[in-house]
Amino acid sequence: MKMQNKHINALAISIYFVFIFSSFMIGFKPGKQIGHNFTFFSIEMLKLLPCAFILIGLFEVWVKKESVEKHLGKNSGAIGYMWVILLAGTTVGGLYVAFPVAYSLFKKGAKLSVIFTYIGASAICRIPMTIFESSFMGIKFSLIRLIVSIPLVILISVLLGNYLEKRNYRIMEGR
Amino acid sequence: MYYLYSVTGLALLISIIIDRKKTLTAIKISYKKFINILPAFLTMLILASIVLFFVPDKMISNYLGNNDKFMGVILASLFGSITLMPGFIAFPLCGILLKKGVGYMVLSAFSTTLMMVGILTYPVEIEYFGVKVTIIRNVISFFIALIVALSIGFFFGELL
Repeated sequence: MKMQNKHINALAISIYFVFIFSSFMIGFKPGKQIGHNFTFFSIEMLKLLPCAFILIGLFEVWVKKESVEKHLGKNSGAIGYMWVILLAGTTVGGLYVAFPVAYSLFKKGAKLSVIFTYIGASAICRIPMTIFESSFMGIKFSLIRLIVSIPLVILISVLLGNYLEKRNYRIMEGR
Repeated sequence: MYYLYSVTGLALLISIIIDRKKTLTAIKISYKKFINILPAFLTMLILASIVLFFVPDKMISNYLGNNDKFMGVILASLFGSITLMPGFIAFPLCGILLKKGVGYMVLSAFSTTLMMVGILTYPVEIEYFGVKVTIIRNVISFFIALIVALSIGFFFGELL
C-alpha cells in the first residue's frame, strides 16, 4: 500500500514537471506562471531549510536526552511550556520547519502537550515575524493576537497531548 | 534571515571547535533527515505553486475588500487556510488592504489562518504526525484563528 502510494506520488511529480517544462517550450502562460511560482517557493524554502536542518542535527548530537526530559518531559510542569514558547519565538520559516524540530524534541523525551504547544507557538509567536507584523498592523493588533491565541494554544495542546499520551501516540519520521 | 545564517554558522563553528567528530555526525543526521522529508516538501511546493496560480494575491485583495465583515472573515479564513505565503509578502499585503479600508478583524482572520492552518503543509505534517492528528490540529487551529479574529474585532470596535 505504502509502496503503491510512493509510485503514484512519483508519477504525479513527474507529470507536473513534464507539464511545466512543456509549458515553457510552447509558451503556455498558466503553466509558465505555475513554474515561476514553484521556483519562488523553492528559493524561499532553500534559504531556510539547510540552516534549520543543520541546527536540528546539532541539537540531536549535543543536547542530552536527560535535560530535555527534565525541562520538557512528563514532570516539567508549567515552566516547560514557557521554554518551548521561547524556543518557538526564535523559530524561522513556519510550520514546515517546526515539524522536524517537534520530532527531535519528541525523540529526546519532551511530552506531547509541550510539543503541540511548540507547534502552535511557532506558528503564531515567532519574534521576527511578530515585529514585522506590528510594523504593518500596529502593536495593539499583534498584542491582542498573542494574548488571545497563546492561552488557547496551550489549553488545546494540553488536552490533545494528554489524550494522545494515553493512547501511546508517537510522532514519526516518514510514516 | 541573516540572523539565522549567523546563528547557524556560529553554532557550527563552536561545535567543530569542541568536537569535530560529533559535528560530522550532526551534519550526517541533518543530511539524512533533509533527504527523508524532501519528497514531502516537493509535494508541498508543487501544491503551493498551483494554488498561488488559482488564488493570486490580487484575487485575495478583491474578495476581502468587497464584502461585508462577517462574509469577509469567512472568506479571509478560507484564503488563509489554503494558501502559503511568507510573512514578508503577507503582512505588506495586509497593510495595503488596511489602508484600503479592510477591517482589522478580516485581516486577522487571514493572517492568523495563514500562520496556523496549513492545508498546503499537509504533505509534510502527515509524515511526522499522521493523518488523524494532522486533521485534528488544523481544524482546531482554524477555530482558534476565528476566535482571535473575533477578539480583534471586539477590541477594535468592529464587532458591533
